[in-house]
Amino acid sequence: MSAEPFTIEQFYKFMQQNKLMAGKCRKCGKTHLPPRPLCDNCFSQDFEWVEVSGKGKLLTYTVIHIAPAQFQALAPYAVGIVQLENGLRLPGMINGVEKNELAIGMSLTIDFGTCATSQTWPQWSRYCFKPS
Amino acid sequence: MKGRPLVSIVSAGLSKFGKHEGLYAREIFAIAVKEAFDRCPKLDPKKDIGAMFIGHMGESYEHQGHMGAAAADWAGLLNIPATRTEAACASSGAALRSGIYAVLSGLADVVLVGGAEKMTHRTTAEVTEYLGMASDYPFEQWHGITFPGLFALMATAHMHEYGTTERQMAVVAVKNHFHGSLNPKAHMQKEITLENVLTSRMVASPFKIFDCSLITDGGSCVILAKPELARKLTDMPVHVVGSGQASDTIGLYERKTLTSLSSAKLAAKTAYGMAGIGPEDIQFAEVHDCFTFAELMAYEDLGFCKPGDGGRLAESNETRLGGRLPINTSGGLKAKGHPVGATGTAQAYEMYLQLTGQAERRQVEEAQIGLTHNIGGSGATAAVHIYRSD
Repeated sequence: MSAEPFTIEQFYKFMQQNKLMAGKCRKCGKTHLPPRPLCDNCFSQDFEWVEVSGKGKLLTYTVIHIAPAQFQALAPYAVGIVQLENGLRLPGMINGVEKNELAIGMSLTIDFGTCATSQTWPQWSRYCFKPS
Repeated sequence: MKGRPLVSIVSAGLSKFGKHEGLYAREIFAIAVKEAFDRCPKLDPKKDIGAMFIGHMGESYEHQGHMGAAAADWAGLLNIPATRTEAACASSGAALRSGIYAVLSGLADVVLVGGAEKMTHRTTAEVTEYLGMASDYPFEQWHGITFPGLFALMATAHMHEYGTTERQMAVVAVKNHFHGSLNPKAHMQKEITLENVLTSRMVASPFKIFDCSLITDGGSCVILAKPELARKLTDMPVHVVGSGQASDTIGLYERKTLTSLSSAKLAAKTAYGMAGIGPEDIQFAEVHDCFTFAELMAYEDLGFCKPGDGGRLAESNETRLGGRLPINTSGGLKAKGHPVGATGTAQAYEMYLQLTGQAERRQVEEAQIGLTHNIGGSGATAAVHIYRSD
């Protein structure tokens, strides 16, 4: 598996396989989410892939009412930062929760979504978070 | 007097902030430059100015890159080394810092630093998208997280941790609009009420439209000189005695804390250390109130109060003109306006006016030591500078 480059592009490719993957530095042990090709802790380029649980707790949130054109049809929509079970964090949209029921600490789990873009670049999926 | 000068400000200029219908950013910048030249008749711009740095955030607004050369040309300074500095909303804070590097390196004795942005010809959706470009693309922009959204994420966390309220944020808007009403160059010169703020249209909860800074056109500049030269160029120099700049993760989600900006704390620590000055010595400041909440967080990051006490400090009225520590006497980004590239040196312009006793109706009495705090993006860049009168 380690043949795949430790890049954001590859992170999103794994998402299409319903996998949340992080890069773990083989030298210092730091786990990077998203993966990066150079360890910011020890400057090593030697990594291995580790699968990360998509479950976590909501650290903070906001409901966005004014959005760029491409998201305006979805507004108002909730976004937040989720702290995953391994302590790493990911931001994303939160679906399936009433706006007035959003609460710091609530349990959420990742929904990998689909690659719903007609753009040539980037071909990334739009994952989101849903109640566990 | 505390603080050995790193460089001296010998002049400063600022365009009116607001809508400049039909003007291009470099043309607005030229208005600011003209004021700075007029204020400093002993300066021979073509002969004396050895370099220029201009803060400019984006090509998207006007389809124009390469702003260093373009702005130097329109300022009548063709042929000097001219470079655009880009650090999102801290672009001209970074220009100021770069100018200090240039003077202290000895490569230039006099340097013009400034910034300009033209924004009002674009729709709110377009500006929201362009400003968003200063955040992480693959994990923030891609998932619909806007700029107000990023600061709102911090505000929600701060409210949860410290009990900060929407009313405390609204107090900042009311104060800064009052200050703006005293500044003839402010975009908004009308006072507003707490109710106006609290009942205005939602942008990104908890921020309403009156919690947000303005989409504005404007240009600003200050002229820096080697301290030994300052007195030859002006009778009223202002000295920069501390300079700090720091970076942090581009993605907000990667930060250890969501209730303060490490970059701002680091930049402040550096600047205070350099100046031999502490937060208790600061008499007034211009802080980066891109959102009302950001001003509360700035109070804490700069050491004006304890972490979590920003809201209470705002409510105390001590940061209002006439109070113990007036903040954003210019009106701040909130009322003076926020033409992103111009903001950092517009803050320095306010320092220049206040420390030379030229701030008229909003003059801080016996102003001798001030501070500017300029934030780029959601805090991936911070520039803090400390100034004193001659």
